[in-house]
Amino acid sequence: MTERVPVLRIGDILLVSIQVDLEDQTVLDLQEDLADQIVARSARGVVIDITAVEIVDSFVGRMLATIASISRLLDAETVVVGMRPAVAITLVELGLSLGGVRTALDLEKGLALLRRSATGAELT
Amino acid sequence: MTVPWAPEAPPQTQPITQNDDVVRSRQQVRTFAQQCGLSLVEQTKFITAASELARNTLVYGGGGEMRAGLVERHGRRGVAAVFADSGPGIPDTDLALTDGWTSGGGLGLGLSGARRLVDEFFLDTEVDRGTTVTIVKWAR
Ligand SMILES: Nc1ncnc2c1ncn2[C@@H]1O[C@H](COP(=O)(O)OP(=O)(O)OP(=O)(O)O)[C@@H](O)[C@H]1O
Ligand SMILES: [Mg+2]
Repeated sequence: MTERVPVLRIGDILLVSIQVDLEDQTVLDLQEDLADQIVARSARGVVIDITAVEIVDSFVGRMLATIASISRLLDAETVVVGMRPAVAITLVELGLSLGGVRTALDLEKGLALLRRSATGAELT
Repeated sequence: MTVPWAPEAPPQTQPITQNDDVVRSRQQVRTFAQQCGLSLVEQTKFITAASELARNTLVYGGGGEMRAGLVERHGRRGVAAVFADSGPGIPDTDLALTDGWTSGGGLGLGLSGARRLVDEFFLDTEVDRGTTVTIVKWAR
């Protein structure tokens, strides 16, 4: 009976805010929930807020990269926001640079980034 | 390797037999990392390394335990964690410590990454007997 991370919707954006130290099964469930909801709610963007997250190990790091890839295939864009400096330093030393994951410093900048790329897509 | 546990505080044992034990191991290690006065970045590195090793103990070692606590050497304080299992062991440790090598579906960064994140790293393994990984980080 692992708990699930709530996925909120704001317009065509899905917002996930990770608040507790997640066990691996919860991380996998979240990955699946997001894929389902991107389609079910025709979402154009996903914001994953990790402001409260103290540790990103290879398992969570891989989840972030996987969600970014899945959402791209489903015509949505993922932005990870709020990464702590200590987490960023640790991830790089661990060997995970998360090259394919878009990031923004906070929620506001993340939402702005999604808005910009949405208008950009309409122009092309 | 003999871990120089601090005499005044005995290390604590955390079984690692199910998913949420990995979370518990992280939390226990965090307490000790804070107690010995590691900086925030050093704490984060140590807890992340412990998380990788706890998961390996569960996934590849078939479960085991972690002993964690404060250490002391020549008046210096630090934190140590020892992950032990009686699983299949690692046949080729050089290979297992290579960035990107995995026998499962991982990224192959757990062992090699953990080694980079700590001050001392000891891997003791024997095929069919089990694996013990010890990590230490010293306060500056
Ligand atoms: N406790 C253990 N017992 C037996 N084999 C192990 C143990 N720990 C690691 N290994 C072996 O070493 C390999 C490398 O481990 P490492 O943690 O670096 O990568 P991974 O677990 O496969 O992927 P990642 O940790 O990046 O998700 C594993 O695939 C496994 O074969
Ligand atoms: Mg691993």
